[in-house]
Amino acid sequence: MLKQWIPLLGATAVCALMSAPQAAKAEQLTLCWAAWDPANALVELSKDFTTKTGIDMKFEFVPWTSYADRFLNELNSRGKLCDLIIGDSQWVGGAAENGHYVKLNDFFAKEGISMDDFVPATVVGYSEWPKNTPNYWALPAMGDVVGWTYRKDWFERPEIQKEFKAKYGWDLAAPKTYDQLKQIAEFFQKREIDGKTVYGASIYTERGSEGITMGVTNVLYDWGFMYENPKKPYDMQGYVNSPDAVKGLEFYKSLYDCCTPPGASNVYMVESADAFKSGQVAMQMNFAFTWPGLYKDEKVGGDRIGFFPNPAEKYHFAQLGGQGISVVSYSDKRDAALQYIKWFAQPDVQAKWWQFGGYSCLKAVVDAPDFKTSQPYAPAFLESMAIVKDFWAEPSYAELLQAMQKRVHDYVVAGKGTAKEALDGLEKDWTEIFEEDGKI
Amino acid sequence: MTTSPHTYADKAAEAAVRATPEPLVRRVRALSDKAIAWLFIAPTIALLLAINIFPLFWAIYLSFTNYRANRPNAEVKNVGLGNYSRVLNDPDIWASMQTTAHFVFWTILLQTVIGFALAYLIDRKFRGHAFWTTLILIPMMLSPAVVGNFWRFLYEPQIGLFAYAVSFLTGIPTSEIQMLGSVNLAPWAIIIVDTWMWTPYVMLICLAGLRSIPDYIYEAAEVDRASNWRQFWSITVPMALPFIMLAVLFRGIENFKMFDMVNLLTGGGPGSTTEVASITLKRDAFEAWATGRSSAFAIVLFVAVFGLANIYVKALNRVKQR
Repeated sequence: MLKQWIPLLGATAVCALMSAPQAAKAEQLTLCWAAWDPANALVELSKDFTTKTGIDMKFEFVPWTSYADRFLNELNSRGKLCDLIIGDSQWVGGAAENGHYVKLNDFFAKEGISMDDFVPATVVGYSEWPKNTPNYWALPAMGDVVGWTYRKDWFERPEIQKEFKAKYGWDLAAPKTYDQLKQIAEFFQKREIDGKTVYGASIYTERGSEGITMGVTNVLYDWGFMYENPKKPYDMQGYVNSPDAVKGLEFYKSLYDCCTPPGASNVYMVESADAFKSGQVAMQMNFAFTWPGLYKDEKVGGDRIGFFPNPAEKYHFAQLGGQGISVVSYSDKRDAALQYIKWFAQPDVQAKWWQFGGYSCLKAVVDAPDFKTSQPYAPAFLESMAIVKDFWAEPSYAELLQAMQKRVHDYVVAGKGTAKEALDGLEKDWTEIFEEDGKI
Repeated sequence: MTTSPHTYADKAAEAAVRATPEPLVRRVRALSDKAIAWLFIAPTIALLLAINIFPLFWAIYLSFTNYRANRPNAEVKNVGLGNYSRVLNDPDIWASMQTTAHFVFWTILLQTVIGFALAYLIDRKFRGHAFWTTLILIPMMLSPAVVGNFWRFLYEPQIGLFAYAVSFLTGIPTSEIQMLGSVNLAPWAIIIVDTWMWTPYVMLICLAGLRSIPDYIYEAAEVDRASNWRQFWSITVPMALPFIMLAVLFRGIENFKMFDMVNLLTGGGPGSTTEVASITLKRDAFEAWATGRSSAFAIVLFVAVFGLANIYVKALNRVKQR
């Protein structure tokens, strides 16, 4: 009997011996992020990390519409799926307070990674909790901001320029203010261009996740909307629903009513980019991450596309997007994950990141003399990153966001009630949420 | 000569015992019939307890707490009936219940009327009726995800076939036919899709009802010179009624918890116009992370569906006994 087993045992032992060094070498990290163009760039970039360290990278990318649901569920259930996560900027408060992310201060100090080397707005937006304190939970990974693209080729047509000037009295160009933007949008709405009916602008109106909030805030900030009393945290009465904020919300609705394509009642990043790519709209609101792809597009890219930051009104702000990269505290491979962050923070890697289509937040990259000329959209990106403002990053961000999605969508898209009622309701909802949190 | 089933069972048991090692045989022999029965159903019961009963009781427990799934470190406090009171006094929840009621009422009405009419037609055997039956059944064989996505394209104002068809018939420009973006039309857009998809199901059940009516009843009615109209109202409808009611029950329960189609077509929008109860529940539970409150809402919905279904089943039994 034993004779029969000897060859089998021998073969097993040989296999085990042969695979032992492989198993030790084949460490693998899983990085979780949204499924979008920059994620593909990161896959390419990370090959360098694998070459240098021998650590394989596995990626878990989820579409934007289910990105928050999927990964917040994963974090809340203390799952071990993700070793590294590029989490949305607004998650940082909840992730820090609930212990989902590893605090990186000691690691940064040990490895000589200084937050002073990164664009300040991205450090506050993606890494810090509480905000404006030196407590870091992420390394700024992907700078992003809402901006605009426009059909430069249409804007430059002499007959269109002539007609526009005759109608509005100023030269057609990328708008500097929202009033100008609306005039341009009205001008193009239902216009025949090359035998096709086109429309003014594509703006965010999505209801399900965060779309309409990420759109409307660009206008609200410019009109004077504030999240809270700067001198008294969580005091929102008269700030969230100030008369200026009401006017801003009314403006966004008027823009939706007058100048968007038919059926644009549930538009976010993908739909907005599609509207632009299919030649439906003259202007498009979208996050800067879409710009490299649009610039490369055969039909609307190259010389046909132009980029401009969010226009100003009474104030000049733009909605911050983007994310920081964090180490998940439930990961068993914390050291390897920190090794990835150390590699990612290197200036040469960050420079490659920008070349591959990611948006670096490292000052050495964005302040380099040739950065502005490196891509046609680089100036608009830089200008936009200087005026960013973000949504609440509180632990209760999900509830705060949901309340805003409902109130704003009900008013802007469904036409329910008035702008004042919508913002009064929002202020009431937010107050209740902070009361439940014990913050008020 | 007949052999008692027991003889076969005994022989099979003996064979099994012979093939089983001695100690196990002794143990099996020691088990009563009841114990063996329990042994067989135990895995199913364990599965049911794990995936149905335990979550139900856990949800009931959570509904009395302030628990939030996104705050694993926060203290869980008992809030008594606070969540229930909040759910029952929340105007948004009542609005979503109204939307659900509107959706359930119209889909069931349309599906029953059209489904019964189709069944009545199909029941009359004509050339190629098998082909038409198969063709009518296709929509219900599709996945709701597929149906939701392609109807979204069909409803698209600029490229959608639906908009073109309506424009062709009415002369209204396609850009003005915004089925999913219009507050007035969006609920009907969902009702149309659900009716398109599930009418064949109602038709099938009604067809079973119609085919169960014996021919001799109609023959007797013919002898009595009853008109077709009289036969329809006095024989067909009353005898098919239990089946129709069954179809209404199945569709009612399904549509009360409708989620996938609404989520794919409108996501509850525009605004909250098509936000049915299940969408509100999902938002509360997995977007706002109000786990305690959403558990209370889920229990309220469960009790409502369970209560209504019970009343309905009693009515159905009464109809069957007539």
